[in-house]
Amino acid sequence: MTAARLTGIPLAALIAVSATALLAPAALAQTIYVSNEKDNTLSVIDGKTMAVTDTIKVGKRPRGITLSRDGTQLFICASDDHTVQVFDLASKSVVHNLPSGEDPEQFALSPDGKSLIIANEDSNIVTVVDVPTRKVAFQVDVGVEPEGMDVSPDGRWGVNTSETTSMVHWIDMEKRVVVDNTLVGPRPRYAQFTKDGSQLWVSSEIGGTVSVIDTATRQVRQVVDFRIKGVAKDRIQPVGVKLTDDGRYAFVALGPANHVAVVDARTFEVKDYLLVGRRVWQLALTPDQKTLYTTNGVSGDVSVIDVDSLKVTKTVKVGRYPWGVAVKG
Amino acid sequence: MIKTRLPRLLHSVSLAALGTVLLAGNPGAGAAAQAVPQSVGEIRIGFLSQTPEPPPSVANPDEPAADDGLAGAALAIADNNTTGKFLKQSFVLDSVEVPPDGDAAAALRELAGRGDRFVIVDAPGATVEALSKLPEARNLLLLNATAPDDALRGGACAPNLVHVAPSRAMLADALGQYLVKKRWPRWFLVTGRRPEDRLYADAVRRAAKRFGAQIVAEKEWTAESDVNRTAESEIPVFTQTKSYDVLVVADEVGEFGDYLSYRTADPRPVAGTQGLVPTVWHRTHEQWGAAQLQSRFKTSAKRPMTARDHNDWTAVRVVGEAAARARTADPDRLIAFIQSPDFTMSAFRGAPLSLRPWDGQLRQPVLLAADRSLVSVSPQEGFLHPRTELDSLGYDQPETLCKTRGKTTP
Repeated sequence: MTAARLTGIPLAALIAVSATALLAPAALAQTIYVSNEKDNTLSVIDGKTMAVTDTIKVGKRPRGITLSRDGTQLFICASDDHTVQVFDLASKSVVHNLPSGEDPEQFALSPDGKSLIIANEDSNIVTVVDVPTRKVAFQVDVGVEPEGMDVSPDGRWGVNTSETTSMVHWIDMEKRVVVDNTLVGPRPRYAQFTKDGSQLWVSSEIGGTVSVIDTATRQVRQVVDFRIKGVAKDRIQPVGVKLTDDGRYAFVALGPANHVAVVDARTFEVKDYLLVGRRVWQLALTPDQKTLYTTNGVSGDVSVIDVDSLKVTKTVKVGRYPWGVAVKG
Repeated sequence: MIKTRLPRLLHSVSLAALGTVLLAGNPGAGAAAQAVPQSVGEIRIGFLSQTPEPPPSVANPDEPAADDGLAGAALAIADNNTTGKFLKQSFVLDSVEVPPDGDAAAALRELAGRGDRFVIVDAPGATVEALSKLPEARNLLLLNATAPDDALRGGACAPNLVHVAPSRAMLADALGQYLVKKRWPRWFLVTGRRPEDRLYADAVRRAAKRFGAQIVAEKEWTAESDVNRTAESEIPVFTQTKSYDVLVVADEVGEFGDYLSYRTADPRPVAGTQGLVPTVWHRTHEQWGAAQLQSRFKTSAKRPMTARDHNDWTAVRVVGEAAARARTADPDRLIAFIQSPDFTMSAFRGAPLSLRPWDGQLRQPVLLAADRSLVSVSPQEGFLHPRTELDSLGYDQPETLCKTRGKTTP
């Protein structure tokens, strides 16, 4: 009897949960987090109403943000506090800081969620932090002004782009050394691996291009160029890049050109340019891949793009100089 | 500032020797530097500087640092070496300081003798021109880091000479575009007594003509009195003239220009060599990653980066960027690459820099700065150009007076 009652309750609860999941659109549970570089705050946007529900004070000059693998915490680069803050989403408070090295700007989380690799812009160093023990695991020397970061899906490679050196530095995560360097266009800002890890996409702000690098050979196999009618070539400055999991699209934020380029990730052709806010910087896709969010620094807002129709559906006002964006699905 | 005549100093600066060079003035460090054999991947850059003696009696609250300029070059060598270590390239700076009446030609010969094929010249225009005509300079690339003279880019241009600093015409155009955009088109031009002030005033007149502004009044500042004491009584009288929007001042050494603001007869802003100033660099500039260069420089030099530091930084970086892009340390190939349309580099001002083939001038955006704020960056929106908006600043290809350089369009 007791056993029947015990199994009965979870079963009922399980049915109830599934029913809710079926009834509610996926967007219901989505929350968008935006770091406001010049306000030292985080804006919280409800994915359903597209309204800012909260503005939370965080460390100085927050830039790169990323969710923990379990989705309960947000890592925030507080650049001028020289730390990475670990922000608990449930309690909406900073629970502790991670040692990050000086002036952290961007970072990437390893697939197992245990290592955070951080670009230290002022000291030409990449710092790798062991998240569970909150200790620096190792540091490596890279080029001048390290910026873009990613970790390959198999966890083998940590990559960093250095802006003034204009290279991708390939860090062997096991051996803890830089083993190769790939020269790309001037001022590389952002790096992202494809889901299968076979390619690395890197944006070059001053070069005005995106380089697609073959991971196996670490050679550039394709350079994507952009042209927008009525926009001077030197205002097209690619920054954030997001690739859809299905390998269909690459979205590229073009900075002061105020457009997001839609690139066919298979043919490398630019399909469209979507007009967004001013100085579009970073991008984030929802886990269901249906919506893309952009941070627009100068206009201080977030553009919402519907991936199916490739249309900008809404603009949400946030704080001053929105920089990073992360979506909890 | 009265500068003591230093004996000519010769320093070798590498990443490791940065500490030594910043103590410029220690002759021991120079004496220790001996000719080093050229190793594979080593790129030697000469740095020839000559600071003209400042005029007497100027009350100057901001005395330039002893390493003004050189500190920028030293940081760029460190930046080049950070990149170079991944490409097996190393960069060495040989620095020579020539006294105001010293022998610059002998200094250039010495640098050439050490195997420096690239020589940064941080000196007045007359020195740059004389050096570019020396037979020993024929197979060098001279990078004019600071002289703004338009004549150097025009009639006196040379195939072995490129210009990192913007010309006076570029500076005046950068300011002129902004004033016109603000709809302040009526200018009162006040020119100092020195020849370079007249050249600056010529550039301002040219900008007015190009962008549809008007010089409604002009005066020359000839007062012999100590302006520091007499400004309050003299300047209101001096500035009584026809109605105008902006007072544009041409006073390159800073003899009187700083005393104009708040003392004019009419309440008008001051711009030009003082007030709102067109410049390559300013301590308040932080866009496009500039904050990182500012903080890197402050860490190494223990002071903010000046425009002169930034020009010298850019000059050394031109060579470093070319070496990384062309993947060679071969001077002949680098000299060709720097002057090719494939060469571009980033310098924290938003748009990529590249060389104009018709006069060897580095295309670049120009900042407009007030004392404690960055006001704008030119070219201004709406000043269009079929090639790049950067070519709306300074002498464009059809207007160039340079005859000894290639005419190929980039």
